[in-house]
Amino acid sequence: MRSKRTAPDINAGSMADIAFLLLIFFLVAASIDNDTGLNRILPREHVKTTVNIKKRNLFEISINPQNDLMVEGELVEFKDLRGMTIAFIDNGGLVQGQKGFCGYCQGEQSAFLSEHPNQAIISLSTSRNSDYAFYVSVQNEIIGAYNFLRNREGLKLFGTDYESLVSNYNKAEVSVSEKSMLKKKIETLRLKYPQKLVEPETIYH
Amino acid sequence: MIHFKKGNPVQPPTIPTASLPDIVFILLFFFMTVTTIKDQNLLVENKLPQANETEKLTKTDRIIEVFVGHSKQTHGSSKEGVVQVQMDNRLVEMDDVGHQAVLALNNIPEHLRKIAIVSIKADHKVKMGTITDIKKQLKKVNLLKINYTTVEGDVFQNLKNGF
Repeated sequence: MRSKRTAPDINAGSMADIAFLLLIFFLVAASIDNDTGLNRILPREHVKTTVNIKKRNLFEISINPQNDLMVEGELVEFKDLRGMTIAFIDNGGLVQGQKGFCGYCQGEQSAFLSEHPNQAIISLSTSRNSDYAFYVSVQNEIIGAYNFLRNREGLKLFGTDYESLVSNYNKAEVSVSEKSMLKKKIETLRLKYPQKLVEPETIYH
Repeated sequence: MIHFKKGNPVQPPTIPTASLPDIVFILLFFFMTVTTIKDQNLLVENKLPQANETEKLTKTDRIIEVFVGHSKQTHGSSKEGVVQVQMDNRLVEMDDVGHQAVLALNNIPEHLRKIAIVSIKADHKVKMGTITDIKKQLKKVNLLKINYTTVEGDVFQNLKNGF
């Protein structure tokens, strides 16, 4: 005859300690890093096209080895860069009725800055000894200028700014139909202010 | 009048701790899902510059990482303190970056290859010459979408940190 035995109790008191140890291990070994950065698209190699562009449509930024900033032939302070870039892109230098007139631009219509955001090209040249951090800062300001203008148009047209449209688009939980709608809006704004950046290889002396 | 109770003292109520492991396990699983374990052992210094007009690189399945920085002080190697490029957990020569990037591209699922992004994680002390060379290499292998990976912050801090 077998005697009835109860299953022996497992002491679960240390379970919490074990779990805590595991938790602490993961906290130390892992990192919450959501990488962020500035997206850029490089031009294709071996595509040599020469396009005639007007001087007024080109915005020349150069960085020298001492990390001085030269914009359109003049030394400028870094903090003024964004404002100058916005003024250049958003200039809309043509008069109403002229071909290529920019109806949504709010710039000063200066004769020396761009005719239309479509035409506005930013040229960024660096020297080999310039600092990467400074270059990133300049890129950040250029993107910031475009974002500012796209945000403004977005608020005017759709009531939401460009950056929140993009961040909504990248969210996982939006439905497909909503996504295509957002995409359309984003593309409209991008077409209004297309980013045109060239990086010539040599710096002018 | 205040009366003090006399007699046998009341035992403090015991707190049930049976659910404590469960709570801790939930915490553990939470951290396991939201964090990522670094799969690369950094061989170069890597303090990223700051920027605020950034976009997130949330989809990690299409990213090729390129680390650039002064090499860390390792056991008396001759390359100490020289700007080096690290890909795929080892240092690579500049001429080899393009080739290495193609190898990394082959590890990405086929339908994502067209939208692969090269994330350039360069130390803030690196000079532009190195970056230009890397961009030239990437152009050669037709990897045109790049990302200057930064940390979220004020750009003016970059200037203050000194060059």
